[in-house]
Amino acid sequence: MNTFPETHYLNAPEKGIKSWLTTLDHKRIGVMYLWAVIFFFLFGGALAMIMRSELFFPGADFMTANFYNKLFTLHGAVMVFLFIIPAIPAGLGNFFLPIMIGAKDVAFPRLNLASWYVYLAGALIAVLSILLGGFDTGWTFYTPYSTSTDSAVISVVLGAFIMGFSSILTGINFIVTIHKLRAPGIHWFSMPLFIWGLYATAIIQVAATPVLAITLVLLILERTLGIGIFDPAMGGDPVLYQHFFWFYSHPAVYVMILPGMGIISELITSFSRKKIFGYKAVAYSSLGIAFISFLVWGHHMYTSTQSVLASTIFSVLTFLVGIPSGIKIFNWLATLYKGSIRFTSPMLYAFSFLILFSIGGLTGIFLGSMGTDVHLHDTYFIVAHFHFTMMGGTVIAFLGGLHYWWPKMFGRMFNEKLAQILAVLIFIGFILTFVPQFINGLHGMPRRYFMYVEQYTFNNQLSTIGAFILGFSLFTAFANLFVAIWKGKPVGDNPWGVLGLEWKTTSPPDPHNFSVTPEITHGPYDYDKVLAKPTLDL
Amino acid sequence: MENKGNFFLPGQGSTVAPDVDALFLFIGLASLIIFAIVVFGLIYFGFKYRARSKEVVLTPDISHNTTLELIWTIIPTILVLIVFVWGFKTFLTLNVVPKDAIEIKVTGKKWFWTFDYSDGYTSVNEIVVPVNTPIKLLMSSEDVIHSFYVPNFRVKMDVVPNRYSVTWFEAVEPGDYNLFCTEYCGTGHSEMIGNVKVLAKNDFATWQSQVGNDADSDMPLEELGEKIYKEKACFTCHTLDGSRLVGPSLKGTFGKTEKLTDGTEVLVDENYIRRSLLDPGAQIVESYPPVMPTYQGLLSDRDLDGIIAYIKTLKQ
Ligand code: HEC
Ligand code: HEM
Ligand SMILES: [Cu+2]
Repeated sequence: MNTFPETHYLNAPEKGIKSWLTTLDHKRIGVMYLWAVIFFFLFGGALAMIMRSELFFPGADFMTANFYNKLFTLHGAVMVFLFIIPAIPAGLGNFFLPIMIGAKDVAFPRLNLASWYVYLAGALIAVLSILLGGFDTGWTFYTPYSTSTDSAVISVVLGAFIMGFSSILTGINFIVTIHKLRAPGIHWFSMPLFIWGLYATAIIQVAATPVLAITLVLLILERTLGIGIFDPAMGGDPVLYQHFFWFYSHPAVYVMILPGMGIISELITSFSRKKIFGYKAVAYSSLGIAFISFLVWGHHMYTSTQSVLASTIFSVLTFLVGIPSGIKIFNWLATLYKGSIRFTSPMLYAFSFLILFSIGGLTGIFLGSMGTDVHLHDTYFIVAHFHFTMMGGTVIAFLGGLHYWWPKMFGRMFNEKLAQILAVLIFIGFILTFVPQFINGLHGMPRRYFMYVEQYTFNNQLSTIGAFILGFSLFTAFANLFVAIWKGKPVGDNPWGVLGLEWKTTSPPDPHNFSVTPEITHGPYDYDKVLAKPTLDL
Repeated sequence: MENKGNFFLPGQGSTVAPDVDALFLFIGLASLIIFAIVVFGLIYFGFKYRARSKEVVLTPDISHNTTLELIWTIIPTILVLIVFVWGFKTFLTLNVVPKDAIEIKVTGKKWFWTFDYSDGYTSVNEIVVPVNTPIKLLMSSEDVIHSFYVPNFRVKMDVVPNRYSVTWFEAVEPGDYNLFCTEYCGTGHSEMIGNVKVLAKNDFATWQSQVGNDADSDMPLEELGEKIYKEKACFTCHTLDGSRLVGPSLKGTFGKTEKLTDGTEVLVDENYIRRSLLDPGAQIVESYPPVMPTYQGLLSDRDLDGIIAYIKTLKQ
């Protein structure tokens, strides 16, 4: 029987809400981020269920067009700005980055706490706009619609602007921590790949977010002071806005996926007990993706009146940035070869990721290619594609990571059998929700449609049924995790029997991460040399 | 339409559709092969190398294989370069307008399409074109960005305020095709649906001569009004059943007293309706946004009489 450690970050140095709200411990800050992002994820998910119910029949059923428009905008904005961008880096990253490199904390603990408050303030201001009547621009805020609609755009744009700062601060903090605080014995190429993913992500966050910030400020100035920047009625250029917006938002999709890929590298190695195949290829490809991702924004704009020459250059670069992602998939696959594979719930999520993200990536080829994108742009094919990458990719990786590290974070085990069943159900629900959307998109159903033409009914109904399976299993999966915090069995230091440094400390970890300075005797993936026994019988 | 399309794609209604679809097929097959390799690999390795007991074992140190890595870098690179060049060529076909194309002016406006033909005729939400003839569309918007999309033609182009965008198509089969707005434009976005009517060449000639002399001239006024209500997309903003949409319902409007935003009251009579249509900005009904577009130039005097007569029939 495992015992629960006496002091750990949850009860020391102090207990009580106040000690949490003023904490400088990266682990507690990570947990506070997790509570916030999980809350917003469930909120955004509930909005999605309402939308999918409305879309069950072609006509208007139980809401107005304006209400639907506000729903998808809120859903998109919540999922992107409040959930997915902070979820892995600021939640799991905050908790595990220092532990995995053997540090006591991040480089700037105060800044870390500040970024949580900045994030929360931004999120509340954005959500406040619901009380001001909601906003209906789509999460992309395209001008001149966003400068002419009479909904509460300013508040949400201000919220996104403020959350941007939180993202920048976290990025800076991570970069400095990785450069300066690695424990002796951990050099660049013996860092876990999750850390490489966070590093590449942080670079994008620091370099790209200011552009979004400025764009949003320009938007606010245009709306409040009537300065013509984007609105042609005031002498501006609406397409300029799209360039600015995607200059940030394309790299931002890698902010969403790179940390997820990092998690997958951890899961695949841990549960195949195998050294990662092509460590350097995976590490460098994260950096490569981060840099090229700044040069491909125009692939969102093939039909925007952008010049053919510009579209052509963007198209070729888009294909180049796709290659490293593809290579990673093959690396993960090769890692399984001759491994000792255990189908635990995190591993099921990793397999699910490999399948769903492959579909997301491969359907991206249709969109990178100009000739086919003209037909697909702004249809449900896009909606399906980005859900496959963001949800099938990042969210599945996030869930895998949560199940993997939850026992470490809270020292107790969830119901693993149930978790496995739910991982499979989520996969099935996901496929049923989003595959029919590909078909509808290919047949030309435009996105952001409150009503649709009869011919798209069947696939919409499949999609809605899938969404309910998905929503139900997601909700239950989170419930399973939360119940474990109270009811779960103590797990011991290393329940999965794996090699990462984070498994060398107690579960939950000591307030200073390690009670004694850990000695680095092996790398995170040395499964050819070191045996680690699981402390829990699974 | 003869060509109904297949499980994956809608019917091919234009000359470029087969080109685009050939590329779809190529990417589709290549992706399917790669996807099959990944899934097969997962299943095969997952089964073959599953841990057979709880015992912890050491696994071999396999961290490189230059040949393999070169293969899975080079083959996909070649494939995507082919796709890129092919996509580029198709894109050029979609963008280079044939010289002898007939030009039609397209205007997007919340939430309907207007088409201006060179002979001075104007239509709303229905564009009528001859088959086997290249048509050039010169497009612009009067408010926000819209996008002109005909799935059967594989053609899409944004319609932007303050600048012209151009696209073209050549329909290959007579029939009716959906025209969608694919750039989100607000309340009526999903109802901003038009129709592309492709006529055989001689039918098109007949149609042209008919629109020249007023075909509606002997229709009763109420019927004419009803027809305009449908054709000019009044229904995207006004209901007939008393419920509120973007604008007030037209049911029982005539003869009632309307409160305006400037605080004054006005009786809805013939003149008020006429002004509402020709100069809608002048008098705005309280609690409604000033978004009703002007129909100046789109409706003849007889059309206006028709609408007035029609609204009179919509009693409480
Ligand atoms: C883009 C939406 C839109 C479209 C399309 C539209 N209207 Fe309107 N209409 C409005 C709005 C909003 C008002 C109320 C504000 C105002 O008075 O301008 C209005 C007002 C009116 C009024 C005055 C009603 C009253 O109760 O005082 C009439 C009559 C009218 N419209 C007729 C029409 C007709 C006929 C058409 C089609 C040819 C049409 N509208 C198309 C939005 C629209
Ligand atoms: C829980 C399952 C989910 C379902 C059923 C779902 C469903 C939907 C639906 C119906 C739309 C509207 C499409 C339209 O009208 O064009 C939408 C849009 C969107 N979703 Fe989701 N979604 C889910 C999860 C997510 C997640 C996890 C993310 C990202 C992390 C996400 C990001 C978005 C974005 C960015 C949009 C676009 C909003 C816009 O057009 O402005 N969704 N989703
Ligand atoms: Cu539109």
